[in-house]
Amino acid sequence: MRLSGRNLTCVRGGRQVFSGLDVSAAAGEALAITGPNGAGKTSLLRVIAGLLVPAEGSVALEGGDNELSLPEQAHYLGHRDALKPALSVRENLSFWRDFLGGDTQDTQQCLAAVALDHAAHLPAAYLSAGQRRRLSIARLLSVRRPVWLLDEPTSALDAAGQALFVGLMRDHLAGGGIVIAATHLPLGLDARELRMGGTG
Amino acid sequence: MSALAALIRRDIRIALRVGGGALIGVLFFLTVTVLMPFAVGPDLALLSRLGPAILWLGALLASLLTLDRLFTADHEDGSLDLIVMSRTPLELACAAKALAHWLAAGLPLIVATPVLGLLLNLDGTATLAVALTLLAGTPALTFTGMIGAALAVTLHRGGLLLAVLVLPLSIPVLIFGVAASQAAISGPMSFGTPFSILCALSLFSLVIGPFAAAASLRHGLD
Repeated sequence: MRLSGRNLTCVRGGRQVFSGLDVSAAAGEALAITGPNGAGKTSLLRVIAGLLVPAEGSVALEGGDNELSLPEQAHYLGHRDALKPALSVRENLSFWRDFLGGDTQDTQQCLAAVALDHAAHLPAAYLSAGQRRRLSIARLLSVRRPVWLLDEPTSALDAAGQALFVGLMRDHLAGGGIVIAATHLPLGLDARELRMGGTG
Repeated sequence: MSALAALIRRDIRIALRVGGGALIGVLFFLTVTVLMPFAVGPDLALLSRLGPAILWLGALLASLLTLDRLFTADHEDGSLDLIVMSRTPLELACAAKALAHWLAAGLPLIVATPVLGLLLNLDGTATLAVALTLLAGTPALTFTGMIGAALAVTLHRGGLLLAVLVLPLSIPVLIFGVAASQAAISGPMSFGTPFSILCALSLFSLVIGPFAAAASLRHGLD
């Protein structure tokens, strides 16, 4: 399996964010996208996720499921948590598990994996920023998808949470997954670096 | 199918919880209708003649009130990104969201209609006629309103724009809804003619709404 994007150009609001960019990641490989603020890290992730249409170029996943497009085989963990404050932790997670569908895991186990199982009944409104992030990470575990697109995944996580997430990413890579993360901080695992923007 | 069922279940659950839109819509409907007799005065004959129109306007405004959260809530917290990326076609997801909105916010209005009919001096037949036309016509309001909600999703204060966009589109529904109710109450037209057109408008918007909303959501992606 190999994710590859060629000659990607992204234009937002009349401004060219990046141009002629090549991205590639093979199964079991992590790619860290680094660069100063405004370099286009989030835009690149959103282009790969199919949420932004590139002005030029295209991204494809070779060797994946031919019936499905790249976004349908990818998890996107963005700045926003996609959690509903009115629903409990478990309701939030089981909604995404049922809605995303496919190869699903038990919600209780996923919550335990991010150390949130004690708060399963709590409305998501009462979670701290770090706990919200943990619950979003549990979403990545609840449905198996080969490609993880992560935007500043470790922001708001404490040291224990970061260590836990590095472990989860390692497991995902060991299982033949692909991780593409936009990040300022070191990911904590062996990752190829794609540097965007100027010298910053 | 289970993906759509999960989406419908979630939206209804959120609407029924504290801060959800279902109760607010009904309370707004109640308030508008209760205010009318004070504005029109204590003329019972006039009230019962205006009754169907008042109920229809109240229902229209109440459904508009909660409609602007249909996509903005999901857009603000990032859920919409994941819905767009998912394996469920966006058109079906839009239809499921509109259906959930109608079940949570539209049906309670119809249930409340008989009570409000009493306040407007409507007799049993008239109340039944209005409730029946609302049942047939409110899906059209929700599904055409969804198009406006999808267009206004990326705008701040999109609710105001939504009203401007959607109210003109709902004129045909309003005309035939009130005409059918009046026909049942006083004639001389038969109830069936405007009622059939009302049903046709609903079916039409059930088909067009999801496609138009999905297209404008995709276009507005950013």
